[in-house]
Amino acid sequence: MAENAKAPRTAPRYSATFTPEVMSEIRRAAATGIYDIRGAGAKRKLPHFDDLLFLGASISRYPLEGYRERCSTEVILGSRFAKKPIHLKTPITIAGMSFGSLSANAKEALGRGATIAGTSTTTGDGGMTPEERGHSKTLVYQYLPSRYGMNPDDLRRADAIEVVIGQGAKPGGGGMLLGQKITERVAGMRCLPAGVDQRSACRHPDWTGPDDLEIKIGELREVTEWEKPIYVKVGASRPYYDTALAAKAGADVVVLDGMQGGTAATQDVFIEHVGLPTLAAIRPAVQALRDLGLHRKVQLIVSGGIRSGADVAKVLALGADAVAIGTGALIALGDNDPRWEDEYQALGTTAGAYDDWHEGKDPAGITTQDPELMKRLDPELAGRRLANYLAVMTLEAQTIARACGKSHLHNLEPEDLVALTIEAAAMAQVPLAGTSWVPGQTGL
Amino acid sequence: MPVYDLRSAGLRDLNRQLHALRPDTNETHWTVQNPDGAHAIAAGLDAPVTVEIEGNVGYYCAGMNKLANVVIHGSAGTGVAENMMSGFVHVKGDVSQSAGATSHGGMLVVDGNAGARCGISMKGIDILVKGSIGHMSAFMAQAGTLTVLGDAGEALGDSLYEARLYVRGSVKSLGADCIEKEMRDEHREQLYAKLKAAGLAGEVDPGEFRRYGSARTLYHFHVDNAGAY
Ligand SMILES: Cc1cc2nc3c(=O)[nH]c(=O)nc-3n(C[C@H](O)[C@H](O)[C@H](O)COP(=O)(O)O)c2cc1C
Repeated sequence: MAENAKAPRTAPRYSATFTPEVMSEIRRAAATGIYDIRGAGAKRKLPHFDDLLFLGASISRYPLEGYRERCSTEVILGSRFAKKPIHLKTPITIAGMSFGSLSANAKEALGRGATIAGTSTTTGDGGMTPEERGHSKTLVYQYLPSRYGMNPDDLRRADAIEVVIGQGAKPGGGGMLLGQKITERVAGMRCLPAGVDQRSACRHPDWTGPDDLEIKIGELREVTEWEKPIYVKVGASRPYYDTALAAKAGADVVVLDGMQGGTAATQDVFIEHVGLPTLAAIRPAVQALRDLGLHRKVQLIVSGGIRSGADVAKVLALGADAVAIGTGALIALGDNDPRWEDEYQALGTTAGAYDDWHEGKDPAGITTQDPELMKRLDPELAGRRLANYLAVMTLEAQTIARACGKSHLHNLEPEDLVALTIEAAAMAQVPLAGTSWVPGQTGL
Repeated sequence: MPVYDLRSAGLRDLNRQLHALRPDTNETHWTVQNPDGAHAIAAGLDAPVTVEIEGNVGYYCAGMNKLANVVIHGSAGTGVAENMMSGFVHVKGDVSQSAGATSHGGMLVVDGNAGARCGISMKGIDILVKGSIGHMSAFMAQAGTLTVLGDAGEALGDSLYEARLYVRGSVKSLGADCIEKEMRDEHREQLYAKLKAAGLAGEVDPGEFRRYGSARTLYHFHVDNAGAY
């Protein structure tokens, strides 16, 4: 017996299938009977822009001089049909995030930051607030299935209109805003009783299918005198067909949101298991525009997991005209900042992992409607931080573009890229690094 | 008073002229001839004028209306008076799907029947249909009233919020969380006011209607209700 006790034992071994995280979720589900709802985008590891590299200049391509030779960044959106297209100084826009999911201060900060940087910001489900309109030089008004707060005066006050079909975090899903965040003001804007869990429909109430969409876009144009660019936003699922159909329906701009894209509140199972990674969606969308002869005429905005100027440069090199950011912008404002670590711990989480945005208890004062927590976010300072972040991203993208010899960010092209993995090579349709192999396109 | 021939002069020019009207305009009565089922006729109005359309219209006629009185001497396609804020829209014929969808205010009166999803996501409008309405009407209806002199199709008031539904005829079936509720005096008074606004005071007896509203059991997600979603 004594000898047996000394014998080497099998080390404790976790299952690669039933990981500790999986097991804790099973226990949570068993205890509550409800699926997990959370904010943010897909957290699992996916093929992403980190799997791509730029080649830079060489003997066959020469670079531009860092500080002296111009590398332009401006972009025009909506030049197809709108009488007043949008002119931005940087191709990095702020994505639609609803007032309700975000505090009024956060919305104001997004407007301030975007305006300093010379870019646009976007409303969201729940309508337009005066703070947001007032502080955003260029404001895109979302037209969503719920039509919460939808008002023709706001439509006319907007600089562009974004018809939302879907979001990358939940293509095919509607929205939800739980009662904790439905204050009197939020409820009033949405014509609902305060404190009630609010569901947003997943389909538009007055049209179905691409032919109706064309008629709806016609109405929006009529109401706004054909002045404003009309965007159509889709979650990445069938990007080739969705882009083609949106363009055919008369969109000026297509917004394509991949599955890493954030959300205010959605079922975890939806976020992690429905949709395409951003990287996989771009080339089919660009191809659809090319096939219609509309590439660069209908602009393509891509979002979902964009964090840095390198990501921006990669998206543009794959053929997009601009990008949109949500999560990155919130982090720049102060979301998940370690300075609130004690409070994150008290909420049972930690800075960097906090995603219970639907509960409205955000220590950083961003994803909340609690007046006390909201006060923690100074919209001016937070707006300045966002402007800085946007400036850094733009500079980074320019740095890469110059190294590739490009005088405009839009001159970046797939030929500037290689992939580190076979998956990324196949999805981005660029060669695996060190080879001429584009999986699915060329032989070995 | 302007008479506009849509067939010869085109939609854009009509809507542009209607949008340019100021609140104190003298051109308060417009007639639109030969609408030919065009879409978005008189959408986005924002002045206290009357627009009479002599014929059938396509989608979104009088969409997003504010203040204006729009009379359609014919039938209307999908989304008539969608997202109306105020004003009055009167359709002499039948209407297709999603009549009055998401509308915040004003009144829509339909002399004929309405198709599916009448009053879907309505947010404060009063809709009165003299005939019958199709399935999924008042889906997620948030506020306002829907009055039906005829019958209602399947799944009336599914996922209803605070809108009030008054139906004189039969209801094929009620949607999730929609129940019949007691007609009290306040409801009879409200219904009478809506009938009166539609020119039916004294002609239709509020006592013949049943009221439907939200059971409010889906207002907060609860696992025991999962089957209802
Ligand atoms: C807090 C929050 C609220 C959002 N609200 C909306 C919304 O109301 N409408 C919408 O189309 N997308 C909404 N989104 C998605 C964003 O518009 C965008 O698609 C996404 O955040 C982009 O991906 P990223 O977060 O990785 O940058 C929201 C995202 C977040 C993080």
